[in-house]
Amino acid sequence: MTSRNWRRLNVAMPWLVIIGLLVVWQAIVDLFGIAAFVLPAPTAVWAAFLEYRDAILHNALFTLKNTMFGFALGIVVGVILGVLIGSFRLVYSGLYPLLIGVNSVPKAAVVPILVLWLGIGTAPAIATAFLLCFFPIAVNVATGLATVEPELEDVLRSLGASKLDILRKVGLPRSMPYFFASLKVAITLAFVGTVISETLASNDGIGYLMLQASSQFRVPLMFAGLGVIAIMGIATYVVFALLEARLTGWATRRQDAPLASGG
Amino acid sequence: MQDAAGGLGAAPAKFVEMDGVALRYGGPDGTLALDGTTLSVARGEFAAVVGPSGCGKSSLMKLVTGLMPCTGGSIRVAGADVDGPLKIVGMAFQNPTLLPWRNTLLNTMLPLEIVRPHRHRLRQFKDKYIAQAKELLAAVGLAGFEDKQPWMLSGGMQQRASLCRALIHDPQLLMLDEPFGALDAFTREELWGVLQKLWLDRKFTCVLVTHDLREAAYLADVIFVMSARPGRIVATHRVGLPRPRTVESTFDKPFIDLVHAIRTEISRVRDEAGLAARAKAV
Repeated sequence: MTSRNWRRLNVAMPWLVIIGLLVVWQAIVDLFGIAAFVLPAPTAVWAAFLEYRDAILHNALFTLKNTMFGFALGIVVGVILGVLIGSFRLVYSGLYPLLIGVNSVPKAAVVPILVLWLGIGTAPAIATAFLLCFFPIAVNVATGLATVEPELEDVLRSLGASKLDILRKVGLPRSMPYFFASLKVAITLAFVGTVISETLASNDGIGYLMLQASSQFRVPLMFAGLGVIAIMGIATYVVFALLEARLTGWATRRQDAPLASGG
Repeated sequence: MQDAAGGLGAAPAKFVEMDGVALRYGGPDGTLALDGTTLSVARGEFAAVVGPSGCGKSSLMKLVTGLMPCTGGSIRVAGADVDGPLKIVGMAFQNPTLLPWRNTLLNTMLPLEIVRPHRHRLRQFKDKYIAQAKELLAAVGLAGFEDKQPWMLSGGMQQRASLCRALIHDPQLLMLDEPFGALDAFTREELWGVLQKLWLDRKFTCVLVTHDLREAAYLADVIFVMSARPGRIVATHRVGLPRPRTVESTFDKPFIDLVHAIRTEISRVRDEAGLAARAKAV
């Protein structure tokens, strides 16, 4: 296989897998005559999507908005925490156990408390998304800062660099690949958080829509909701993967280097 | 001696002075890395410190630059006591530690973004500083590689760039810790020539820590031989060989005799350390 064909196939692979999966799914439902309220066929899900598209899109946008707010909050808090944990030994030993504890609590169990404090709808959804997604960001930024070579720190300190100088010139750029890796995890977690909260305490959003559809046995509509969440998740993931490739290409270009300089 | 050095007039003669310096890691009962280390390096002089591995050569670097406080004795640089990181030192290590997200030119210019007064002038006189960095890169044979990322350079080229980064801000003191230790023999000899040329042109004070005796004899005006841990200076050799020295000259008799003499001293301190360790074990 020529390398160009291989690259084309590489790009087509995700689509081929998804289409293949849908075809198998459809075939199983048709062959075994599975009832729509157990497992609706992709065609039935698509029909449900078209039928309820206004409601679905309205709720999807609501979910997307809450997720992005929670995610943005998670980035801000995660980066600040990560920088503090990665820069100061005392903050690390003080906060790390607490953070592990917070992260270990199932977030579904926290939503009722959030509802008590914040009411229902948007606020607890944003809070839950935030709670789920700040942790991996903080841990990764801290890890990036911890990987700065001690010799490099010596070089800079003997030039009179302050801690802030070292952070700006070396620490933060060094932790960028870790940061972007964490964003890809965090964005999917943020969606999980929003939908959990909407399922438990909201009158809007995909989570609420699915709960309603479930109570009315509209299983194709539930699957349509799931599909929309999945698509939003993939789309935001792609955005951050592209940003990562642009901003931290130096970290992954290493593998291509022998090809580039081979001549 | 110390009184004389304390006077203002005498200060320039001795640039780096260590007097009875001791360093103990990990509290009063910790390991003694250096004990009673006394040496002095004149302004513009090229000094080399050699010794068996683990004798505290790298600790000596950290002490002189003030990155680590000593636990005994005194250290003076440029006539002032060292009580915190010096702000004007150039440093290079065995690992070139170039920043992978910067190209060679911007890596070289990193100190200019930190050292005063350059950091405040950098934006205004950008062209001048870039020209200066390019000139330095050209002097070490890296002309035309300014735009290359570090991982596109060979190990020897990365080390050349690291030398440039250590010298771009015209430091009065250059500290080198095994800078050529990871390079192959031919590249290493080539870089001796590069470093000698830079030093002859600029006459900064240089302290080179190395375990390569030929490297020390090729580059240095004065060689300090350290004992095994706890490290102290057991011999001082003035190297009177004419400059510029060449790889050819390393095969001349005076050069070989010097290396041989130092080699014998280091064998002796290693043997003594081995005997002491065995006596302790028994």
